[in-house]
Amino acid sequence: MLTRIVSGLRYLGKGMRLMVGMPEYSTYVAHMHHAHPDRPVMSYEEFFRERQEARYGGNGKVTRCC
Amino acid sequence: MNTFIRKFGWFAFAATGAFALAVVALNRGEPVGALWIVVATVCVFTIGYRFYSRFIASKVLGLDPTRMTPAYKHNDGLDYVPTNKYVLFGHHFAAIAGAGPLVGPILAAQMGYLPSMLWLLAGVVLAGAVQDFIVLFISTRRDGRSLGDLIKSEMGQLPGMIALFGTFFIMLVLLAVLALIVVKALAESPWGTFTVAATIPIALFMGVYARYIRPGSIVEVSLIGFVLLILSIVGGQYVQEIPSLAALFTLTGEQLTWLLIGYGFIASVMPVWLLLAPRDYLSTFLKIGTVVSLAIGVLIISPELKMPALTQFVDGSGPVWSGSLFPFLFITVACGAISGFHSLISSGTTPKMIRNERDARFIGYGAMLMESFVAIMALVAASTIEPGVYFAMNSPSAIIGTTAESAAQTISQWGFHVTPEMITQTARDVGEHTVISRTGGAPTLAVGMAQILSDVLGGQTMMAFWYHFAILFEALFILTAVDAGTRAGRFMLQDLLGSFIPFMKRTDSITANLIATSVCVAGWGYFLYQGVVDPLGGINTLWPLFGISNQMLAGIALVLCSCVLFKMKQDRFAWVTILPAIWVFVCTLTAAWQKIFDANPRIGFLAHANKYKEAVTEGTVLAPAKSIGQMQQVIFNDYINASLAALFMLVLISMLAFGIRTALRARALGTPTAREAPFELLPVEVVSRT
Repeated sequence: MLTRIVSGLRYLGKGMRLMVGMPEYSTYVAHMHHAHPDRPVMSYEEFFRERQEARYGGNGKVTRCC
Repeated sequence: MNTFIRKFGWFAFAATGAFALAVVALNRGEPVGALWIVVATVCVFTIGYRFYSRFIASKVLGLDPTRMTPAYKHNDGLDYVPTNKYVLFGHHFAAIAGAGPLVGPILAAQMGYLPSMLWLLAGVVLAGAVQDFIVLFISTRRDGRSLGDLIKSEMGQLPGMIALFGTFFIMLVLLAVLALIVVKALAESPWGTFTVAATIPIALFMGVYARYIRPGSIVEVSLIGFVLLILSIVGGQYVQEIPSLAALFTLTGEQLTWLLIGYGFIASVMPVWLLLAPRDYLSTFLKIGTVVSLAIGVLIISPELKMPALTQFVDGSGPVWSGSLFPFLFITVACGAISGFHSLISSGTTPKMIRNERDARFIGYGAMLMESFVAIMALVAASTIEPGVYFAMNSPSAIIGTTAESAAQTISQWGFHVTPEMITQTARDVGEHTVISRTGGAPTLAVGMAQILSDVLGGQTMMAFWYHFAILFEALFILTAVDAGTRAGRFMLQDLLGSFIPFMKRTDSITANLIATSVCVAGWGYFLYQGVVDPLGGINTLWPLFGISNQMLAGIALVLCSCVLFKMKQDRFAWVTILPAIWVFVCTLTAAWQKIFDANPRIGFLAHANKYKEAVTEGTVLAPAKSIGQMQQVIFNDYINASLAALFMLVLISMLAFGIRTALRARALGTPTAREAPFELLPVEVVSRT
């Protein structure tokens, strides 16, 4: 039961972060290790800034509705 | 036996829905509980999802669970990430839900709750959700490309450019009408203005906190921000009670307009992490939280609907907005039934994160049903208000005057019982000086929500708090939209102008940047100002223009969907998008035509211009103008509005022509011509897991 609640909360947290355009950092790190072990991995802070810039920094993307 | 139970279960479900609909629709005179509306809605949506969306998924689109998705193909852990479908549903829903589905049904309630409700239910199941779902599917099969790109590759370069051009103007009208809603809600309201103003320093603090103090702690910083917001609502009451402070925050509509224009400009050139991002966190979470609590509130107390099922205003003589039920109701309800804007979201970030093509049904179709549910909640909130008070709040002062006595007298003549005391009591309850002519929908929704939420929590004494909470929540996400929309509009403009003036394309150039931002802000600022000084309230002009532009985009998206179905050689199922497209075209073109040419000056822009022209030749001055020069300005505005409506018609008709050309070409060929990304299998370990 407790593990269920914990995993439910974890999904809720993931969902909330993705609602504002912030994907999972651990998924990114896992992906980099798996697919590009030769390339540098951004720290969480760099990752956070990169994602913020990507969501709001423009190039004409519409990220929300009326 | 099992299949029998299953079939019988669905039959019982359908019967419940039909019964609830009958209670809502056929009831005359006796008050109806909102719970019936909720039951009818849930039944209709569940059946629509279970049967119609499944039909579209399997027969029309042929979703293939083994097919590669962009999230795996281009996986970079950033934009392209395979994502759990429930998490992605939240992301998609948060992106499509905004002010539109809340405001539209409130304005439409002047015709009674029944027409809006029926259109919301039928529109979303057969049109709105279909559009969202199919665009999401199309984009997912094409590496998650954007609507403009999809139109370019499936229909041609020119239609793609036309669609982008149309989108830019939608953006301007949208920002103007959203800003107008904020101005109407905050004018002469020190409490509201203070709370909304306080969000700026709160957001700045959050921005610094999430960048330097505790980098990347989104949820934590949002909680801190939320507490500060609540404090600012409480503080607003004290501001209102201290005369010197109250005077500082009591602003007229025109003052607020200039402040908003200035804010829009400054905010959209500031670094995103400082103001836009933290504001977005607050508004997104607050939006979801408020919508959920409103739904819970409605379920718990099942408030009685006081608005009649139908009012006499179906003939088009209504005070809130003018025009008859067809076509204007379908334009006014807007986003909750079908919203063209969603096609931008469905071809934006969501398709890049879909784990399996099969999820497109739940996310595309399902999230739109949810949005429509929000619209139904807004309709319920508006209908639980005493109709007399509703009309006092939503009729322009040119019609009902500026005092409670004159308003009560006029509205009573329409046949809605209301006394001056009822109007002033409502204002006192929510802690405002007046509620008369608080047009724009936000204050009405706030009163409705305050009634429902205070019934659940806090009682009468909490009503003013809930009212200002609702105003804050709407203003917050509208201001976020103004900021983000100005940025998006700037890039669109640079992209469009860049085709002719190469210098403008350089997004790194500060000059090009500032020029494009100024043009954008001036564009929506112009429409906003025009709306604020309009004695008929501005909503009467701007909301139909917004509705028309949004439906225009829906028409474009549905044409694209139909073309793709023809190109996939699914001709026999193309009616799935053609029928809603025809309806959208008929409504939008009729509405635009009437907005331009109708002989009634309250509806037709040209008739309105002529009325002022005649007055000018006679040398008389009509309100709101105070001089002949201002009269000329009103005439000029009418011509601008008429041209804009004509432009939307032209865009639609040309897209229709391009669509028919594409469809005919596809039919002439014997093989599928849809330009999907080549078929690849999903990685085996993924297929076996899902």
